[in-house]
Amino acid sequence: MDRPEILKKVNDVFIDVMDDDNIILNYVTTANDVDEWDSLNHIQLVVAIEKLFKIRFTSKEIQSWDNVGAMVDSIISKLN
Amino acid sequence: MKLFSQLKKNLKNDFSGLAPVKVALLGDTATQFLSVALRGTGFDEGINLQIFEADFNQLERQVFDADSELYEYKPEVIILFQSSHKLLEKYNKLKHGEYDTLAEKQMELINNLCIAINTKLNAKIICYNFSEIDEGVFGSFANKTPSSFIFQLRKLNYELMLYAVKSPNFYICDLSAIQNQVGKATVFQPSVYINTEMVLSIDILPQVALRTVDIISAMYGKFKKCIVFDLDNTIWGGVIGDDGLENIQLGTLGIGKAFTEFQYWLKKLKNRGIILAVCSKNTEAIAKEPFENHPDMVLHLGDIAVFTANWDNKVDNIRKIQNTLNIGFDAMVYLDDSPFERNIVREHIPELTIPELPEDPADYLEYLYTLNLFEIASFSNEDTERTKQYQIAAKRNIEQQAYINEDAFLASLDMVLRVEPLNRFNTPRVAQLTQRSNQFNLRTVRYTDADIEKLASKGCHYSFTFTLSDKFGDNGLIAVVILQKEDNETLFIDTWLMSCRVLKRGMENFVLNTIANFAKESGFATLKGEYVPTPKNGIVKDHYSSLGFFEKDAFWILNTNTYEPKQCFITQKL
Repeated sequence: MDRPEILKKVNDVFIDVMDDDNIILNYVTTANDVDEWDSLNHIQLVVAIEKLFKIRFTSKEIQSWDNVGAMVDSIISKLN
Repeated sequence: MKLFSQLKKNLKNDFSGLAPVKVALLGDTATQFLSVALRGTGFDEGINLQIFEADFNQLERQVFDADSELYEYKPEVIILFQSSHKLLEKYNKLKHGEYDTLAEKQMELINNLCIAINTKLNAKIICYNFSEIDEGVFGSFANKTPSSFIFQLRKLNYELMLYAVKSPNFYICDLSAIQNQVGKATVFQPSVYINTEMVLSIDILPQVALRTVDIISAMYGKFKKCIVFDLDNTIWGGVIGDDGLENIQLGTLGIGKAFTEFQYWLKKLKNRGIILAVCSKNTEAIAKEPFENHPDMVLHLGDIAVFTANWDNKVDNIRKIQNTLNIGFDAMVYLDDSPFERNIVREHIPELTIPELPEDPADYLEYLYTLNLFEIASFSNEDTERTKQYQIAAKRNIEQQAYINEDAFLASLDMVLRVEPLNRFNTPRVAQLTQRSNQFNLRTVRYTDADIEKLASKGCHYSFTFTLSDKFGDNGLIAVVILQKEDNETLFIDTWLMSCRVLKRGMENFVLNTIANFAKESGFATLKGEYVPTPKNGIVKDHYSSLGFFEKDAFWILNTNTYEPKQCFITQKL
């Protein structure tokens, strides 16, 4: 899976968790850009992404991403 | 089971038509997601849970501060969620040598919390017990070591049960059982805990929420009362009509062990008051043969309240069973091995609970265990007699058909009623009737054992319980009236309810004679009744008008001085 494919899947997770069809993510999107993306929803997103890709993030990784691109790279590193 | 994200979406639905229950959720860890899961689950179960959530780790302050938001909110139900992780933290901070005092100290805290709540509120308390954390410091030797954490945690769970036994309004939600069922790796996700202080994983929230809402539903009268089940390949292996008595699989034959254990489970449910009914496509005599003659049958005909075996369709037969027992479809569970029959029944009677039994009968029980179908909020000795009473009712129905004249039939029953006030012997049964009775119930006020005890000690209430026997046997305590003194002239009928087993027996006339006479002799000129409609109590819509009350300002009034006692065919036992 390449970066755009993963971004697309992550975007779908965001739409499902936030229940908002209008969310469009790119690599530089941050929590400030998405209204509902608070610390609680962040955990729900993380768990949903873990489940979808069948991976587990470490506690530190969960807090480390500056933007969606970093999150996507983190996923890629676990898939390969 | 739904996912957490689906429950969360429920929150956008319209809750306005649902019964509201005010709940306070007090936790010592982050409970926001649990709160969402509870409210979302409540929607699916038909309850509008209005949840007050204490701020993070404010449990003790909210309870011990008499002016807290908790007491201002006045919840009907309080959920106490103290986590095993916080318990472990307390344990870690104890001095060496004090480790073995943990359970005792925590129990003391819980007792103090409950005392503080009970002095300020009339609320039911649901307390989560503690899911196990085995920290491995002693290995299995921890079981021989009172100062080990696991020893203290298990002791605490046991002490909690003892505490619940003697505290009528204190209930335990068995979180530990959930963890035993699904495993700790599913219940607890360390990275989530470290990042959010939430001790429940997102995946387990729906199950914990459902288990909690099950208790709340049961408190408010929603629980299962009856199992209707199929016979062939459901309670024994094989087809009795084809295979014959010797070849059906039970006991040691084939996979008979699975069915024998399944029957023991049904028998235990019957013994605790669940009504068993058979619904089978079979010739009746053949279907009954195993019950009468098979040495490995656990269930016997005496365990079955209604036995339906014929070649009509199952939907009609289940309707007939429901009609005979006079309970709601939503209080019934239907067990059948055939997906085809399950689907037809589900399509026609959607209110029925119909578990998707696994294909392999060996899996039946393990699957059914996970559903927690039989939550209750009270239990009395009378429950164990229920099957007999329903069998008596069925016999009486048959006799009734032989009488053309209704009065002659009623007179032939030799009915004797015992009238008693509330006392400590009948309190559990009375509380239970207030929770169970949905149809013949004028105001549907639900009482717990503790509420009833409070009423009895207040002095402005007068209570009447009615225990019926007739020539077929004992019917038990079947009706309750609670009168409340409104002023020197007027008694208000706070509660008038009756078990539907004894409908159409002239019981209403007898009850009214009793309370009207009491009111008159005690100097109350007026009895004042009220009908509060619910989706289920339509049968008593015209109750007061047909008994001669007149309507005034949405209440029903009876003048006790001019009241003429009504005819009835019941003798009062003195």
